[in-house]
Amino acid sequence: MSKQQLYWEDIEIGSALPDLVKKPTTRQLVQWAGSSGDLYEIHYDKDQALANKLPGVIVHGALKGAFLGQMLTDLVGDHGTVKKYTSSYRGMDVPGDTLTCKGKVTKKYVTGNEHIIETEMWIENGKGEKTTTGTGILVLPSKTK
Amino acid sequence: MTTRKYVTLEAVKKSVGIESEPSIFEIEKEPIRRWADAIGDTNPLYHDEEYCKKLGYRSLIVPPSYLTNYDYPLTPFTEPKYPVLTGRTLNGGNEYECYLPVQAGDKISITIMTSDVYQREGRLGLMTFVVTDYIFRNEKGEKVGIGRHIGIHY
Repeated sequence: MSKQQLYWEDIEIGSALPDLVKKPTTRQLVQWAGSSGDLYEIHYDKDQALANKLPGVIVHGALKGAFLGQMLTDLVGDHGTVKKYTSSYRGMDVPGDTLTCKGKVTKKYVTGNEHIIETEMWIENGKGEKTTTGTGILVLPSKTK
Repeated sequence: MTTRKYVTLEAVKKSVGIESEPSIFEIEKEPIRRWADAIGDTNPLYHDEEYCKKLGYRSLIVPPSYLTNYDYPLTPFTEPKYPVLTGRTLNGGNEYECYLPVQAGDKISITIMTSDVYQREGRLGLMTFVVTDYIFRNEKGEKVGIGRHIGIHY
């Protein structure tokens, strides 16, 4: 990224991660369906979605997971890595809504020669409800190396 | 479009811990770019090969969320290599473990394994959770990552 690299020393427990704002459209869901190969009709076929007791087409869980992944890879930059992250889809999201990815640092430690931070992340819909939650384990470069 | 072969809950439980035969996939640049475009992610690591080379990579690398999509190409044209429960499904969650960078040009072997099955009462009634691991290995046989999918059948 052209942004300045974040170092382990730069971030503290409790620090907020920069928000990532997404406004998925049905068009983006079709794009994701094509790229990911998840052609399940509830994400672009309203009749099928309604027949499955859903409010209409809904955003793919894995796309929301990918949004959280982007927030983390944006954070660690070119010289950090995402070791592991999880995403849990607790509420449905619909195209047209504004989804804001948020997060904070929960732990910070060194293990072996890796400088690690752990994070909590979540996605808020336009009403401020947390529809997705997750956790991350990230390696950051250190100024001491 | 082929019809998926559905199996019973008991069959899914019996399959826990058993890895499928591997399928080999070549990681390619254009699908990586399309994947990133679908997310709306302009990170040059997924778009600009020269940029990646300057950082010591051979080519584009894949975003962590890429470690799961090979579920789908495995199933439509072949007999399912892992059990599929009947009923409606939702994606309950995903997990991504990244051990080594996956780059365009890599020939990746992917195996699929059911790692857990459990049931819970929820807002959709009785829900069956099936946890499926997609295990990615490189040509040296090293595990490069795992994508995990928590499917909810209701």
